[in-house]
Amino acid sequence: MALTGIQIYKLLPKTNCKECGYPTCMAFAMKLAAGQEDLSKCPYASDEAKEKLSAAAKPPMRAVTIVTNDHQLTTGAELVMYRHQKKFFNPAPLMVRVKDTASADDLNETVEEVGNYSVDRVGMTFTLDGFAVQNDSGDASTFASCVESVKSKTDMPLTLIATDPNSMSAALEKVGDSRPLIYAATKDNIDQMGQLAKKYSCPMVVKSSDGLDELAELSEKASGAGVEDIILDPGDRDLHNSLVSFTQVRRLALRKFEPFGYPIISFPGEGASSVEEEVNLAAQHIAKYANVIVMDSFSPAIAYNLLTLRLNVYTDPQAPIQLQSGIYQVGSPDEKSPLCITTNYALSYFAISGEVEATGRPSWILVVDTEGLSVLTAWSAGKFDADGIAAHIKQFDAADKVNHNSLILPGGVAILKGETEENLPDWKILVGPREAPGIGGYFRQNAQIWEG
Amino acid sequence: MLDSIKFKLEVVVPEVEIPKEKWTGRVREVKIGGKGRKEVVVGGATAMPFLDFEGEIPNPPRVAVEVRDDPSGFPPGLLSSWGDDVVNDVGSWAKKAAELGAEIITLRLTSAHPEGQNTGVEEAKSAVDKVLSAVDLPLMVIGPEIADKDNEILVPIADLAEGQRIVLGNCVENNYKTIAAACIAANHIAIAKTPLDINLAKQLNVQVSDIGVPLESILMDADMGALGYGIEYAISIDERLKLAALMGDSVTAVPIINHPGPETWRQKEAKVSEGVPESWGGYDERALYWEELSATSIIHSGADVVTLCHPKAVEYIKSMIAKLMGQ
Ligand code: B12
Ligand code: SF4
Repeated sequence: MALTGIQIYKLLPKTNCKECGYPTCMAFAMKLAAGQEDLSKCPYASDEAKEKLSAAAKPPMRAVTIVTNDHQLTTGAELVMYRHQKKFFNPAPLMVRVKDTASADDLNETVEEVGNYSVDRVGMTFTLDGFAVQNDSGDASTFASCVESVKSKTDMPLTLIATDPNSMSAALEKVGDSRPLIYAATKDNIDQMGQLAKKYSCPMVVKSSDGLDELAELSEKASGAGVEDIILDPGDRDLHNSLVSFTQVRRLALRKFEPFGYPIISFPGEGASSVEEEVNLAAQHIAKYANVIVMDSFSPAIAYNLLTLRLNVYTDPQAPIQLQSGIYQVGSPDEKSPLCITTNYALSYFAISGEVEATGRPSWILVVDTEGLSVLTAWSAGKFDADGIAAHIKQFDAADKVNHNSLILPGGVAILKGETEENLPDWKILVGPREAPGIGGYFRQNAQIWEG
Repeated sequence: MLDSIKFKLEVVVPEVEIPKEKWTGRVREVKIGGKGRKEVVVGGATAMPFLDFEGEIPNPPRVAVEVRDDPSGFPPGLLSSWGDDVVNDVGSWAKKAAELGAEIITLRLTSAHPEGQNTGVEEAKSAVDKVLSAVDLPLMVIGPEIADKDNEILVPIADLAEGQRIVLGNCVENNYKTIAAACIAANHIAIAKTPLDINLAKQLNVQVSDIGVPLESILMDADMGALGYGIEYAISIDERLKLAALMGDSVTAVPIINHPGPETWRQKEAKVSEGVPESWGGYDERALYWEELSATSIIHSGADVVTLCHPKAVEYIKSMIAKLMGQ
């Protein structure tokens, strides 16, 4: 938590010597509180003042990065409990677990399926984030060769799961320059795991088997030994206890309880008695405080659901995902192609452009700047109206693009037809279907407009 | 190589003191049902959802199941999960929902929609009658959400179920007086519905209670979009409303109702089984998770009642709620 001007003033020498460039210590303190000055400008600041100020400036949760040849996966650095307070910053990576006891074929299949999975939503492409390879065999060389084999097939970030430091060590030798996440240092192996984390400069999970006291102890031990990149596993697995302990850990982190100033890792599959429950737990963890999530179940439907939820939860509450206004092309439209209009809310645009694309008929889509509001929301807020539509038609020279001079409105704002016609006397204003999927039928029924 | 060089540092671990929020507010308890019907109590929390280490969560979020007197707006993929014989009769539909664990039946009078069959009072009464006689669960009745039509059909329904504390919706910004008055006269519960705005939600609660509906007889619906369709707004609105209630703001301290089920089944991911990208996954699985995740998110954000649609969603969400309650 940042210090106030008064709190900082109390730490200064209060001599008003002016050497910092300000007339009084108080004036300097106010600038420091606003983050516009640096304490080093006061030559007389005490060690205590330096320490307190730097502690106050330190972010409450560390950003931790998992590195491979081409990827840098950063998690953590969150600042709030609730997304409306500011925003959530680093979308929790979703990894999928594979075990070194799986047959080579099964392993290949999972790595390929998960590694190749990608889905488009609102104009962006989303993928899963990596693999957690588990030493289920208990054997070091089996683990090492499994990790090596996964590594040879994918450059995605890895978590290495082993209880035996010898297994971990054997696997780390196979990962080249990448820096996987070590899982996990427990009270039984923290010395050796900590050494490995330092030797290979890897981030490391500390895992408690006995509540938050033990978690704090392990975390302090790891950081005391010089492991900087720590991730916490509070050990709770079920729906109720994971919600409670993750909430407590995040809250303590934000209150600058240093042992908990790190991201949290979760394993929803371990607390679930069915795939459905695993997915529900993962959903809880996306919203409530996990920063790395390791899934046991994978299917395209699960991935699409969870990635969509994560996108939603991590969207900046002040800034909906939006496009620039302008005339967009679907396919290669010409002067006979239909012209649709929509708002610059990404969801609205991609709903209609996706459906237009599916019709196979090249089209123009005029996107109106509504500050990222959807059709009905923008209409209600007075940001999608006849004047705005007319202005955009002119600004983007729509009349030069098409020769039929007809414009298709979303059905939800049919009410704008009359006024828009008044504003654009040369244009024919058409009312399209209410929902985007109706556009195919609408194009077919009115084909003569664009073919005639 | 792992010869153990022990960590040299002695660590002094600060003790972990669990910070507890000292909330001063409590969400009101609202009793739904009674007079021969089963009764469920919703609300009553003195902490954010399921955080029972710092307050009380006396009642779990309740699961309502939606049945419609004109099911044609629901996609075939959802209707087939109930069976044709069931969805063509609201009584059978409600009965099956009760068997599958519904705690409340949400009857949405879709046939009255002016752009649909545009049925009138008699049809509405008959649909309500069928549900009332088929099950002894508490009932929620929602009109087609067209102001005039809602007023026309909901008032006679209020009389029909007098004293049974059914939930009637929706009271909205410019149309709350008629429905609120019907609730007062017949001792029912009003849903106050606003479009995702905390101030509008507060204001409408004030207006509805000012004309005489006690705050103990109001549920607030701050609206929601499904997963992928604005759920982030709903998550934040619910969290803010719940936080305001716990901080002691009396007018927001009424239970929250959301309808993740019907919101989900409007959306393409839950409606369309063919011609969509392969990365969306198999239709049945994808659609069901879409509803579950919409519900899970909103339940974790503060919903006290959720309306669901798919039989399996009811099963999984109820099981999740039981576990969240530590049962
Ligand atoms: C999320 C949301 C918000 C968010 C904003 C989200 C955003 N970025 O736009 C917030 C919380 C900010 C918000 C605020 C408000 N909202 Co609002 N909101 C919603 C909600 C829940 C979802 C809207 C949404 O994102 N839909 C998804 C997008 C993709 O839909 P869409 O743009 O319409 O696109 C669809 C179609 O129109 C079509 N389409 C799109 N383009 C085109 C083009 C063509 C040619 C065709 C044919 C079709 C087509 O395809 C899409 C999918 O089928 C709806 C209720 C609901 N459950 O739907 C209310 C809703 C839209 N909001 C409403 C209102 C009144 C408001 C407020 C005015 C309330 C207030 N007084 O404060 C404010 C205004 C905002 C402001 N002052 O800045 C009302 C609108 C009422 C009406 N018009 O009849 C609604 C319907 C709620 C209600 N039932 O009352 N809202
Ligand atoms: S240099 Fe230090 S002591 Fe001198 S006025 Fe500035 S803050 Fe005060």
